[in-house]
Amino acid sequence: MDDALYREEILEHYKRPHNFGPMENPDRESFDTNPLCGDELRVMLKVDDNDVVEEVRFEGHGCAISQASASMISDEIKGMKLDDLARLDRSAILDLLGIDISATRMKCALLSLKVLKSAAIGTLADWEPDTADAARPAGGAQL
Amino acid sequence: MTTASHTALALDFPILEQEGLVYLDSAATSQKPRVVLDALEDFLAHHNANVHRGVYPLAIDADTRFSAARAQIAAFVGAEPAETIITKNATEAINLVRYSWGPQNVGAGDAIVLTEAEHHSNIVPWQQLCEEVGAELRWLEVDDEGMISLGQLDEFLADGRVKMVAVTHCSNVLGTINPVEEVVARARAAGAASLIDGSQAVPHMAVNVDAIGADFYVWTGHKAYGPTGIGLLHGRRELLEAMPPFLTGGDMIKTVSFEATTFNELPFKFEAGTPPIAETVALGAAVDFISGLGIDRVRAHEEAITAYALSQLQAIPGLTVQGPPLAQQRGGLVSFTLDCAHPHDVAEILGRDQVCVRAGHHCTQPLMKKLGLGATTRASFAVHNSTDDVDALVGSLGNVIEIFGES
Repeated sequence: MDDALYREEILEHYKRPHNFGPMENPDRESFDTNPLCGDELRVMLKVDDNDVVEEVRFEGHGCAISQASASMISDEIKGMKLDDLARLDRSAILDLLGIDISATRMKCALLSLKVLKSAAIGTLADWEPDTADAARPAGGAQL
Repeated sequence: MTTASHTALALDFPILEQEGLVYLDSAATSQKPRVVLDALEDFLAHHNANVHRGVYPLAIDADTRFSAARAQIAAFVGAEPAETIITKNATEAINLVRYSWGPQNVGAGDAIVLTEAEHHSNIVPWQQLCEEVGAELRWLEVDDEGMISLGQLDEFLADGRVKMVAVTHCSNVLGTINPVEEVVARARAAGAASLIDGSQAVPHMAVNVDAIGADFYVWTGHKAYGPTGIGLLHGRRELLEAMPPFLTGGDMIKTVSFEATTFNELPFKFEAGTPPIAETVALGAAVDFISGLGIDRVRAHEEAITAYALSQLQAIPGLTVQGPPLAQQRGGLVSFTLDCAHPHDVAEILGRDQVCVRAGHHCTQPLMKKLGLGATTRASFAVHNSTDDVDALVGSLGNVIEIFGES
């Protein structure tokens, strides 16, 4: 079946995610959830003396969109400085996914970015603006 | 296997006129029959005034209709109108008990018993109360078939420290119908109060609050073919009379002076401010609608649909159904997981076929943890569903498997 949302590359990343599994003694670590669908994601980073990402591992479970997003972005951030990682915005993920994401699935897509940025800045990052519950102000409080 | 009718019991739901809509999410909220919408409009268009103090004919008319609807709603579940308190929803009804009954009756070293399958609305208020007063929660385990053990309840009750047993009548995830009469009887014998959450039970099976005998029984209007904004708390009079008011303000008072206030009689003592008048009248029409169909027929119908759904879903390779194996042990809902796809992806693909199901943790995160799941997909049934809707669900699941199935 030809499906725009579940295109082949996304299913491939979902079924065989890259950089998934545990990491011993990570330098940076962050965990967060998407309360909408119960997705849970932990990211672990190893960084060198110049704060450049050497290794990344994800752990957790979730829907195809959240898992594929994590897998895809994990390939992109190796060699990136933590400062640059902290400045990524939603386009980093959405460009990789290359599909239209509905408002209700946006949090699924952006959970991996949120935990990555949280690991980079050392504290829980905000959701990207306009990500989810309409009542929450853009860039506002944590869940 | 199933002998009851497999066609819908009632179809006059305006929303079902939408071409192709397969609504399988009544456990989240029910759709509204035309008679309920008509009652809502009729009240607001022809009878609307505030209740309780008006002396002009229109206000007397509104008051009469409001009181009659309360009596009708109470009678539907075998309760007394004076012991039937109108709240915003079931959550507020539970919170009323937690805040008004709780601090006077639960103290340091006491315990509250819940099941592992409670909705967050029947967990968080008790957790907060326990934190506040220094009491503990005791969790009744659900077994692999979604059943609780009365033996474990007896163990929990044995030391006499349990002050409240709060149990769902019907699990919103597993579908399990709990033996609430036995739970209540055991709690009472051990000197504990009881609260039953009937949110998933009332519109689907015969509920007699008096026969169940719980100290508190709560449910919500919008899952029972009524509007949002109205919940019900049925309480035993002696407990309600001993409890302080929950919210304070207008309507719940008898007299207010500059120095002090005396409180109104039941049930008004617990209904501060203008109540949901039109919603109460419309919920009266909703219980009338269910009574007109016959609650036993409703139950037989939904049980037949559930049995059919269980057999059809279990025939799908890689699909696991949660909860009791038999339809007669269940309310009209089935939660399941597919090996190949996450529930959220399942619901998304089903949604394209207008098959409306819920995916997620269903506000039961402790239960999900117990089951070792992050989420499930849930299909739930109502009087307007037929086996055709189950066939649509199964057909649409075929699309999910086509997309996700091959590794």
